[in-house]
Amino acid sequence: MLQIPEAQVIVGDNAPPVAVAPLTKRKVTSTVQEARIRRVFVVSGFFSVIIMALIVLFLFKEGLGLFSTVSVKDFLFGEFWYPTYDPSDFGILPLIAGSMAVTVISSAIAVPLGVGAALYLGEVAGNRTREILKPAVELLASLPSVVLGFVGMVVIAPLMQQWWDIPTGLNVLNASMMLAIMAIPTIASISEDALHSVPRDLVEASLALGATRLETLTRVIIPGAISGMGTGVILGMSRAMGETMVVLMVAGGAAQIPTSIFESVRPLPATIAAEMGETPFGSEHYHALFAIGIVLFLLTMGFNLVAAYISQRFHQKGAATL
Amino acid sequence: MVKASAAAQSLEDTQGRPCAKPERPIIEVRGLNFYYGDFQALTDINMTVKRNQVTALIGPSGCGKSTFLRLLNRMNELIPGTRVEGELLFEGINLYDPHVDPVDVRRRVGMVFQKPNPFPKTIYNNVAYGPRLHGLKEAKNLDSIVERSLKSAALWDEVKDILHQSALGLSGGQQQRLCIARAIAMSPEVLLMDEPTSALDPIATSRIEELVKELKQSYTVIIVTHNMQQAARVSDDTAFFYMGRLVEMGPTEGIFTKPQKEQTEHYITGRFG
Repeated sequence: MLQIPEAQVIVGDNAPPVAVAPLTKRKVTSTVQEARIRRVFVVSGFFSVIIMALIVLFLFKEGLGLFSTVSVKDFLFGEFWYPTYDPSDFGILPLIAGSMAVTVISSAIAVPLGVGAALYLGEVAGNRTREILKPAVELLASLPSVVLGFVGMVVIAPLMQQWWDIPTGLNVLNASMMLAIMAIPTIASISEDALHSVPRDLVEASLALGATRLETLTRVIIPGAISGMGTGVILGMSRAMGETMVVLMVAGGAAQIPTSIFESVRPLPATIAAEMGETPFGSEHYHALFAIGIVLFLLTMGFNLVAAYISQRFHQKGAATL
Repeated sequence: MVKASAAAQSLEDTQGRPCAKPERPIIEVRGLNFYYGDFQALTDINMTVKRNQVTALIGPSGCGKSTFLRLLNRMNELIPGTRVEGELLFEGINLYDPHVDPVDVRRRVGMVFQKPNPFPKTIYNNVAYGPRLHGLKEAKNLDSIVERSLKSAALWDEVKDILHQSALGLSGGQQQRLCIARAIAMSPEVLLMDEPTSALDPIATSRIEELVKELKQSYTVIIVTHNMQQAARVSDDTAFFYMGRLVEMGPTEGIFTKPQKEQTEHYITGRFG
């Protein structure tokens, strides 16, 4: 490292001469070492990107093979999924409908509860309560999804069957409830962070103008946090969309377009998980499952892009629209 | 709610009544103590603030001057664990009377903060924020309040063509004048300023100082400042705080030329602080 002589105050004319370290004597090893460290970071930075690219490449390579025998239109909009029949049908509309149904209904449950939890944690609860409650909410996210699926299967499903006298408790509503439990911590935690990151200055400015706490919440805090909250909601939904184990266990597994929330469905990820083990390598069915993977990948990527767009579009810099 | 509105009513009464004794001070503080938990931040403050004058609060960091300022619009009670003793009379009404609603206090005692803190909204909506809280909706009335407030804050000419652009696009000095406009849009009787120029460059600072001198025609201004030249330039009265006590208060000229207390003289001549 470069040696810099300590600053000395020169007092009068008889100040001692300052010893200056020679600038040329930089150790060569340090530059070599720095370059080496730099390379380590570059590799770790690109590692995940490369792996991601390879997986996507593989996914497309295996999935696109299907479309030599089945048209894209028949695949996306075909109403029948009979992959093992002869002749087989590879229409994934019922699977997409199943995924959409559980995503929409789980969001309808999780968004009010998650946002409500965030508002309570961020603006109503005292510091003590918040310190206990927030980690508890986040802990919910660490529940393994197979445990949730198990609860839905063993506890919720029989209860539903008894209460409403329906043929099966493994249905859209049950799956949506379990997915909502998975999405709530994501939505609550990200929304709470967003509420918390609204500058205290602005809150004080509003209160100093004679606004009540509720007026401050609705006019300053929520508008300031809306982009973060939107991001949280979308990420929570995307989590529900891509989740496999819960829907595999409690959605019922019937490849049909649901007409009520008490019907069984077979969402996209559940289909792949259930059928991949039993399909011959390289068969049409095998390629069809990879094609489902492509659809799922595009859907969740769409959700994440929307989340990124929201967090930029409504970020309160530049042109104010509120 | 009934009690709160009754108190608000009585506040209104004192405002509406023509002043019998115009020389009556707008703010009187008697035996005021203030605590953050166990820590006593202010001890036995007695002070009177004159109407339509600029009063400067000076003193070294941590002496309690900002704490005192924030007591005047009840902003300190947002911090949990604080406690007030003594009387703080605003137009003869104790601000810490349990019947007084802090929201009403803050509508009549405006505040400008150390760092410019405009809302991330348009310039227009920043100024209209307070009047809208009052329930004012008609565009015509809002327009005239916004224009008048921006004019009194000496900002109108610079922003009249960009009223509907973001306030965050303004410079620091403009933002601070916008915050002043936002505060005076509420037509407060007192304007509290907490080191309003500490984040600004010298040119913006001198503009704010000119503005403060003009504002005292219509408002009573209390300004906290670290800058003693600023106190000397803008204020009529100066109060010197040290270690949570009010050491000395009087006409600014007197404080700066013939301080009565040794501590004041030491601070003003730069021996500490």
